[in-house]
Amino acid sequence: MAEEVKNDGFLADKDGAGLIVSSSPHLFNTESIPKIMHTVVMALIPAMIAAIYYFRLDAVVLLVTCIVTSLITEFIFQKARKQPVTVYDGSAIITGILLALMLPPSFPIYGAIIGSVFAIGVGKQIFGGLGYNIFNPALLGRAFLQATYPVMITTWHEPATKGVDVVSAATPLALMKFEGISTGWGSLLIGNTSGSMGETCAIAILIGGLYLFYKGYIDLRMPLGYLGSIAVFGLLFWLGGDGKYPDPVFHILAGGAMLGAWFMITDMVTSPVTPKGQWIFVIVAGFLVVAIRNLGGLPEGVMYSILLMNAAVPLINRWTRPKVFGEQPKKNGKEKG
Amino acid sequence: MKLKTFQRGIHPAYHKELSNNSAVERAAIPKTVVIPLRQHIGAPCEPLVKRSDIVEEGQKIGDVQSFVTAPVHSSVAGKVKSVDMLPFPGGGKVQAVVIETAEDYVPKDWEAEGPIVDVDALTPEEIRYTVRSAGIIGMGGAAFPTSVKISPPKGAVVDTLLINGCECEPYLSSDHRQMVENADKLVLGIKALMQAVGAKNPLIGIEDNKMDAVKAVREAAKRLLPELKIVELETKYPQGAEKMLIKAALDRTVPIGKLPFEVGVVVNNVGTAVSIYEALAFKKPLIERIVTVSGNGIKTPKNLMVRIGTTFEALIEECGGLKTDHKEMVVINGGPMMGITQPRLDVPAVKGTSGITCLTADTVKPADYFGCIRCASCVDACPMRLMPLKLGDMGRLSITEEFNNFNGMSCMECGCCSFVCPSKRPLVQWIRLAKIKLRDEERAKHA
Repeated sequence: MAEEVKNDGFLADKDGAGLIVSSSPHLFNTESIPKIMHTVVMALIPAMIAAIYYFRLDAVVLLVTCIVTSLITEFIFQKARKQPVTVYDGSAIITGILLALMLPPSFPIYGAIIGSVFAIGVGKQIFGGLGYNIFNPALLGRAFLQATYPVMITTWHEPATKGVDVVSAATPLALMKFEGISTGWGSLLIGNTSGSMGETCAIAILIGGLYLFYKGYIDLRMPLGYLGSIAVFGLLFWLGGDGKYPDPVFHILAGGAMLGAWFMITDMVTSPVTPKGQWIFVIVAGFLVVAIRNLGGLPEGVMYSILLMNAAVPLINRWTRPKVFGEQPKKNGKEKG
Repeated sequence: MKLKTFQRGIHPAYHKELSNNSAVERAAIPKTVVIPLRQHIGAPCEPLVKRSDIVEEGQKIGDVQSFVTAPVHSSVAGKVKSVDMLPFPGGGKVQAVVIETAEDYVPKDWEAEGPIVDVDALTPEEIRYTVRSAGIIGMGGAAFPTSVKISPPKGAVVDTLLINGCECEPYLSSDHRQMVENADKLVLGIKALMQAVGAKNPLIGIEDNKMDAVKAVREAAKRLLPELKIVELETKYPQGAEKMLIKAALDRTVPIGKLPFEVGVVVNNVGTAVSIYEALAFKKPLIERIVTVSGNGIKTPKNLMVRIGTTFEALIEECGGLKTDHKEMVVINGGPMMGITQPRLDVPAVKGTSGITCLTADTVKPADYFGCIRCASCVDACPMRLMPLKLGDMGRLSITEEFNNFNGMSCMECGCCSFVCPSKRPLVQWIRLAKIKLRDEERAKHA
């Protein structure tokens, strides 16, 4: 059923005194969708600055391309579906930014356009728009590009801060996976490595994430649960792997783990609504990251870990329905007074 | 020290400062009063008077043979003008007696001679009888007949009498003033209620935004009922909801679909307790109550002692009138969270009218609503631990069976979910639709 946006709560009584009549409650807090979305955009600014600092013009071009394409796609789809245009709500900007931040700096512009169209069009609007999508749109766009341009999306180069020449270079995760070379924690923290534009600098992402926490839009259980799960399973592999697997801190700092933990796991639309459900979501997703990275054929598992868990959300929500206040235990025992 | 409270709920802006320091003033005696014959939950009364009858102040003008009901009394002396179906502030039309106040009418002083009955000597049956004949109902807004509420079913053991002094609805301050100004009567009313239900353990729950009320009640209790325990509660909405208050003050959980008797508790509102004492000691029926007239749309917010049947129009006039044009206003019977907006102002203040909240449209009218982003704010706010996002959609789409499976009927319509929703979805409204639909279906099944 189409989402009717006109509020039907207000009626005028035809023989009344002209007063406004509506259904209770008549008080509301000041939160709104645009407010939440614009706060997330603010929180992404440090990561965008880091991307531009390390990858210069490439980053600027890709960011602009993804944001503009996302907005235009949203606009066209909403027009075509005869839905009210809500481009201003900020959600499409977030998808554009996140997709750009997950791309290699040398990714071609036409590829970024295709990815953005797919993310918004298929990832979000086809499901019914904001709130109805099952998968995180940006991640779905990125998965689509991984399938269609497998070479371009795994071609990396060193950040501009390392020298004038653009040299192609493997990411820390690929180095670890295929050559057994570990990258130092320091480089991973400040982001002076090759990788997806917005994922290399763990500190910048952390600042944005903590800002969201400070603003009250995310619960720490999601990001910390995810990172904690990655760390615990990473630790188990590391201890039992005889030097074959990377250490848990490397797991957390490398690749998309930080961006995923603070900005994608926490996507309200595609995560469970109950605290218990959220724990299940992040712990299993964390396990999947480590399993894919250590045992699978791919160097990185963040994207698939979240997409797979997105698909499980309706089921998790059903399983973890809170016990209603005063609900009696199934057996005949009387509830404690 | 961390104060007691229940889980979840919300912290709206309370705006109590508009009226909570204003002492109760007597509203002018109106020229006519409109007294609905059903101001309570239960059987409507039948009129005992007809057109042109002369009635006294406090004379019973409506009653019916039924357990769940409360008679109504004339709040002035005068002449019956008509008995007619008239608009009711709770919605719809109700049969009401319209009385024209006599020109030479002087309000009766019920308390002139002091207490005329020794309340301590009354038996539970006598108390229940007087409470019923005085027409006393729950004055916190629920309007359930008090005589029923203080008649424990066979086998139920009531150990605790819990008095509700939360007044958690924003803007309202009638209970607050009651506690500050009538603490003695309140405590004596509590004592009588204990006698009626056989409870040994009296408690009063008061939120910590009413510390002057805590002080006044404590002081009165010291003299009159030392065993009364005053429980300070963290200010939170909807703490005044019976089940939430029992949880907050006593940490007892009332099972779904059951009454507080189940966990040995009887709950009564502070205004109700005061009225009970007045009925017992002075033989005064429920013919007046305190009504808070507040909101950002009224010129001078006040707490008024109001004759039942005074029109909203007269009370709003008494407070300086509305600030803006009708088209820009909502006038609510009760508080803004659970109150009912009024299409017209010729409705009377009734026994359950704790307040009249007048708000300007810009503060109440939500923007158009968006899709649900499953932020779970409503799940975190729902004091009944329901999933309002799902219940709302089930109501919107009329999926009543699933609505029932998700315990939708447990919703008390407190409005926390709609309050916190960033998408401004009218969740409570949809839930109400589902409840109505479900009840209709049940009725059709049994028909």
